[in-house]
Amino acid sequence: MRGLYVIWLRDVKRFVRARSRLIGSLGMPIFFMIFFSLGFRRANIPSLESLNYIDFLIPGIVSMVVLFTGTFSGVSVVWDRQFGFLREIMVSPVSRTTIALGRIFSGATTAIFQATVMFLLGIALGFNFRIQMLPFFFLSLFLTALVFTGIGIAISTKMKDIHGFQIVVNFFVFPVFLLSGALFPISELPEILRSISKLNPLTYGVDAARWASIGFCEIDPLVDFSVLILCSVLTTFLASYLFNKTEVE
Amino acid sequence: MKAVVVENLVKDFGNFRAIDCVSFEVEEGEVFGILGPNGAGKTTTIKILITLLKPTKGRAFVAGYDVLKSASDVRKNIGVVFQETTLELEFTARENLDFHARLYGMSKAEREKRIEEMLNLVELESFSDKLVKTFSGGMKRRLEIARGFLHNPKILFLDEPTLGLDAKTRRKIWKYIEELKGSSTIVLTTHYIEEAEKLCDRIVVMNKGKIVAMDSPKNLKAEDRVVIYSSKEDLDLIKKNFGSLIVSEDDGKVELLVKDVESFIPKLFEVAKVKEMSIKRSTLEDAYIKMVE
Repeated sequence: MRGLYVIWLRDVKRFVRARSRLIGSLGMPIFFMIFFSLGFRRANIPSLESLNYIDFLIPGIVSMVVLFTGTFSGVSVVWDRQFGFLREIMVSPVSRTTIALGRIFSGATTAIFQATVMFLLGIALGFNFRIQMLPFFFLSLFLTALVFTGIGIAISTKMKDIHGFQIVVNFFVFPVFLLSGALFPISELPEILRSISKLNPLTYGVDAARWASIGFCEIDPLVDFSVLILCSVLTTFLASYLFNKTEVE
Repeated sequence: MKAVVVENLVKDFGNFRAIDCVSFEVEEGEVFGILGPNGAGKTTTIKILITLLKPTKGRAFVAGYDVLKSASDVRKNIGVVFQETTLELEFTARENLDFHARLYGMSKAEREKRIEEMLNLVELESFSDKLVKTFSGGMKRRLEIARGFLHNPKILFLDEPTLGLDAKTRRKIWKYIEELKGSSTIVLTTHYIEEAEKLCDRIVVMNKGKIVAMDSPKNLKAEDRVVIYSSKEDLDLIKKNFGSLIVSEDDGKVELLVKDVESFIPKLFEVAKVKEMSIKRSTLEDAYIKMVE
């Protein structure tokens, strides 16, 4: 427990100090949120019926921020490897499982922080949400964060240097985002893509966040939360397992 | 109990054998050096001992614990100073030490006391609240040494502690290591011969993954070459007394190979008169170059 806290504290401290990175990583989602919600505000998407596009979009963009921040904070293990700091942790008496868990929780913390900033921006843009369901909204974000930080760490154990980072962005993060129903309902997708999106954990994260905040969902919320819990447990185990096996050169 | 025991250690990276059947033991309290050229397998050996790499074959024990089966017990007993910096650059010197002390479960009072002590030792007390990313290479290395010793490890591993540092900083680091000698067992790797000679009680010389020699630096040196010019009678006396050391003789001179020249000279003067003599001292470097060629 003590080790977990120390690892978590270091990551969070680092995050708080690197303000430019904080602002930089929110740039894209902020523009997405503003321009998509303005550009499509009068669009007529059949499966949305009378729903405002902006209300539909904001839970999607907030979940997207969780996906990005979570995955990248996992992959930042590679930075630590390249700058040597990982070794300092890996020769300490703190167990490898504790190190992996500490990183997953710090990743989830930063992801929730970023998501909250985006959520507040959404409110400024006129987001119409159910305040009494807010705990479920944040629970869905937290579970989504655990899933993707875990995946990020699992990926990082297989990456030798940061050059692989661009591959993760282009071939993992973006497809996961676009196939999650964050920008449009998955029922608008052709049959084959819709089936693929059902295999995407973010689909359930976005749907759960949307159900909690605006009451709109395409999947049963109970299914959403079950899948999220199952996936977060699985990815946490996978990340710890791979982290335990890894050698540090 | 031995501080470190290494038995027939082998490490392969794919088809490349980085360490080939290496065995040695380190006594408690000793400063033990692993000397060798670049690529000899020194760092790989250390990385197995500190549980970052797993051996392909063979066994290794640190502080009595098996590095494979009881890795976490090994980690509790060691401190490590790496070749490249492993500091958190976004933290201050004090924060780096505090993070480390917490990782090793030190109490608050103990943490504060040791951090002050170690900052004083490596003369960084006036930089303690500066971010490490503003530090020079030498300051970073000094901070790493302070950190390696912070939690009073039983065994400290230093991988090339003075690599790439200027002569002045190097002397300083030697001074710190000498001050810390005795409080822990120290295992260090180096490819600087004078460093091994100055700091180590015993050294192993590694080359291409194998151990080629193991002894104290003094014993590893080759014999000194002594040439003596004298009269025929005196030379006969020398031949009678030190015959086994003579390697060549000529009109009016003999040449000897002597292991301990300091005690040889008084003995020589008791036996015979010497007109003229020359001594060529061998160095550890000569011995080393011969071994790794």
